Amino acid sequence: MRPLTEEETRVMFEKIAKYIGENLQLLVDRPDGTYCFRLHNDRVYYVSEKILKLAANISGDKLVSLGTCFGKFTKTHKFRLHITALDYLAPYAKYKVWIKPGAEQSFLYGNHVLKSGLGRITENTCQYQGVVVYSMADVPLGTHILLRYKRPETGNSFANSSQVQLKKKSAYTLENILPGKIWPS
Amino acid sequence: MGRKLDPAKEKRGPGRKARKQKGAETEVARFLPAAGDESSKRLSSRARKRAAKRRLGSAEALEMPKFPGAKPFPGKLPKGVSGGAVQTPGKKGAQSLLRASQGKKRPAPTHSSEEEEEEDDSEEDDVVNQGGLWDSEDSDADMIDDYGADSTSEDDDEGEELLPIERAARKQKAQEAVAGSQWSEEETEEEEEEAEEESPESGPQKNDETDGGLQINVDEEEPFVLPSAGEMEQDAQTPDLQRIHKRIQDIVAVLRDFGTQREEGRSRSEYLHRLQKDLATYYSYGDFLLGKLMDLFPLSELVEFLEANEVPRPITLRTNTLKTRRRDLAQNLDPLGKWSKTGLVVYDSSVPIGATPEYLAGHYMLQGASSMLPVMALAPQEHERILDMCCAPGGKTSYIAQLMKNTGVILANDANAERLKSVVGNLHRLGVTNTIISHYDGRQFPKVVGGFDRVLLDAPCSGTGVISKDPAVKTNKDEKDILRCAHLQKELLLSAIDSVNATSKTGGYLVYCTCSIMVEENEWVVDYALKKRNVRLVPTGLDFGQEGFTRFRERRFHPTLRSTRRFYPHTHNMDGFFIAKFKKFSNSIPQSQTGNSAASTPTNLDLPEVKDQMTPKPKGSSHPAKKARVAVKAKQQLQKRQHPKKASFQKQNGISKGTDSSLPTVSCDTKSQASSKLQDSSQPAQKAEVIRGPKVPRKLKQQSAMPQASKKVGFRKQNASRGTDTEVPVLSLSKTQAALKPEDCDQPLGNSKRAEKVKQQLPEQPFKKAAFRKHNGTPKGPETSTVSLLSSSRPPPAKRRKSQSRGSSHLSS
Repeated sequence: MRPLTEEETRVMFEKIAKYIGENLQLLVDRPDGTYCFRLHNDRVYYVSEKILKLAANISGDKLVSLGTCFGKFTKTHKFRLHITALDYLAPYAKYKVWIKPGAEQSFLYGNHVLKSGLGRITENTCQYQGVVVYSMADVPLGTHILLRYKRPETGNSFANSSQVQLKKKSAYTLENILPGKIWPS
Repeated sequence: MGRKLDPAKEKRGPGRKARKQKGAETEVARFLPAAGDESSKRLSSRARKRAAKRRLGSAEALEMPKFPGAKPFPGKLPKGVSGGAVQTPGKKGAQSLLRASQGKKRPAPTHSSEEEEEEDDSEEDDVVNQGGLWDSEDSDADMIDDYGADSTSEDDDEGEELLPIERAARKQKAQEAVAGSQWSEEETEEEEEEAEEESPESGPQKNDETDGGLQINVDEEEPFVLPSAGEMEQDAQTPDLQRIHKRIQDIVAVLRDFGTQREEGRSRSEYLHRLQKDLATYYSYGDFLLGKLMDLFPLSELVEFLEANEVPRPITLRTNTLKTRRRDLAQNLDPLGKWSKTGLVVYDSSVPIGATPEYLAGHYMLQGASSMLPVMALAPQEHERILDMCCAPGGKTSYIAQLMKNTGVILANDANAERLKSVVGNLHRLGVTNTIISHYDGRQFPKVVGGFDRVLLDAPCSGTGVISKDPAVKTNKDEKDILRCAHLQKELLLSAIDSVNATSKTGGYLVYCTCSIMVEENEWVVDYALKKRNVRLVPTGLDFGQEGFTRFRERRFHPTLRSTRRFYPHTHNMDGFFIAKFKKFSNSIPQSQTGNSAASTPTNLDLPEVKDQMTPKPKGSSHPAKKARVAVKAKQQLQKRQHPKKASFQKQNGISKGTDSSLPTVSCDTKSQASSKLQDSSQPAQKAEVIRGPKVPRKLKQQSAMPQASKKVGFRKQNASRGTDTEVPVLSLSKTQAALKPEDCDQPLGNSKRAEKVKQQLPEQPFKKAAFRKHNGTPKGPETSTVSLLSSSRPPPAKRRKSQSRGSSHLSS
């Protein structure tokens, strides 16, 4: 377990900023203590300092996880954000998309969402914008990238807009649940 | 020669006349009002004969008591049984015995034991008792004048007392029985080796054999007969489950009212054995496990338990209060019970429960109801440091986190790497952020990191409580599996205890739970821990559930085991479970070796700082501190009757250190304070004890010596040592040694003032009753005083034992 290097920090922050923009600072300085990012086995974990202290006693090969895993670095040092980071991104998301109940299941099972499935969307969302997807009940479901979205001339209504296609980036799907039988304990 | 009208007199001879005469007499005797007298008279002569026979040594002890209500053989009253004839049905045994003695030439003696399966050799001792009726029938067949109602003739209408038809029927039965397989005599050996045909025959026969003249053809009256060997074999090949099930019910009914319903000549153990085999066949259990279950449950509960294991328990969930509330989740679900604020039961659902968006969003966790209980018992508080030693798949860990509201730190550990992945997944899904997940063997624990406020140990077990989830447990568990599990659990429990910080402000608790119902894995392990560590049991806070056993078969456990809880599938509708909650009241580890406790006690001086940061165990605290602590500890120990040894130990250590005499005073103060707080384990207030500080070598050898007296002495010693000078300590040391003996395993009597290296060993802390046992201490250090080997005899209190033979008896509980 080690702190992130400069380079890694930069890469990661860039990625996160796609979704929450400058709110990133809020992740680090939290009212209930200081949180930090630590790298362990190519995964980035977001932990508070108290936990960090205890975790220091655990040897590296025995440590499996700590705090929340935000994502991991690939072999080519790109940062891939994981669904487990959703809880932290959702409150600070800049662009949100709400999808209808019908499309919700489809989304959860890994499909893209068409425009017809959208309920609401934040204004001024550009193409290729990272968005956080919510269900109509304001339950964050995942993150997306907006693939094709032409802003309607009137600016608001979906009816006038052309096709919007959301590429599902990540979501809590059954596949995303980490492997291992879900045991009722 | 006149014919004496002596009904009791047996007519001998092969001829018909003998039979005839006998018949007449028996007939008369039957009518005689003073039958009792006659019987008694008869009995007397008969009794003599019988006694004689018995003295000859009946081969098979006929267990059948002449039970009075023997319905089965009412009709068996032999007609004109010489001698014992017309007694009440209850006295059949006697009669049969008599007859047996008389009737050597019983035609078909063997069959008599059809039910009884007595040894059939014409030895009198055989069957007679049980198969009395049968026997008599047979034997009388030749000798009794049945007035034509021979074995051959079935309906003899001659006016006999018993309706000729009845008699004939009886005869016929007897013959049939004879004709049938010869039952093996040793029923005990051969379980039910009766011919199969026997049972059906005996059944109907029995029907007719109700008393005297009353023929009842009611099936319910039919007493249950243990099946024969032939039948058993048939069962083994093609088990007829219906029949087996019926037989199970029959046997349970018989055993419930054994005195009256038992079959003559069959012992209780035969019935039980038969029942065990049938249950094993019907429910597909292995014999070993079923035997264990029969020990655990009374019969009525046993069947319920087995039935409950065939059916899965209802699916239950636990709402994740970190993300949602129960009422938001529970549109179609019922609350689990008033004991749970977060549990819900799902009776049916149209979608898979593990696939709903709420599940994926982490709003609830699928968890068995019994798995919620240990966490409720643990009662974690916010900002605490908790260890979950066997956490997979993470249900309990996440519950702990939600109770703590994501504050504090949880260390979730498991030894199985694959299952750890599910822990990671579940914890992330449920939004738990204060957890570190590690992959250690739980037994390494206090070494890696210790000083936790609370520890939860959900030990790996044999799984006999969750048979409904995993039916393979029915057959693949064996004696050695259970013992292996128990051994591992003991080790884990000791490690867990060592990882708890007794001086924690808000904690010091440990919950040990298993999903097994075996006593070897539950009460025995808990009892072991009580002996070995400074812990005691406290109420779990669960107000339902069955109390744990304080004694079981040949084992006796500590009475506080009543505060543990057992749960069963058939009574609580949750998986079988066992929960015990410990409170650790001292961080030192009692050791059979002397000095260890002293060594392990952290110095008083360090206490304040160390208190909440236990991780490294400081060793080699300063002597004075140690001594003080020892003294305090000692006092506490003494007051805690469970672990007096420690106290003494400490005292000795302190004394042997022979350092400041002032220290004792200091310690006295602390002690007094401590003692005031003894009852609540928060005594640690004064000292933060290191979890392990064995380094300090200290060896005190002590021999188990006087029991109570010494204890008192020890106690006095403490007082004495208070504010005294070193001499007193020395003196008390020796005394304490003596005193300590009873409480404790041997400790090398120290050369009292010497500190010796003591190897920290697993302390053995026998209860007082075990005081006499010797412990093998293996002190290491400069002086290796050998522990004196004293077996149960109490050695005289030795002031100073330079050398003692090392006792090899390792008191292990």
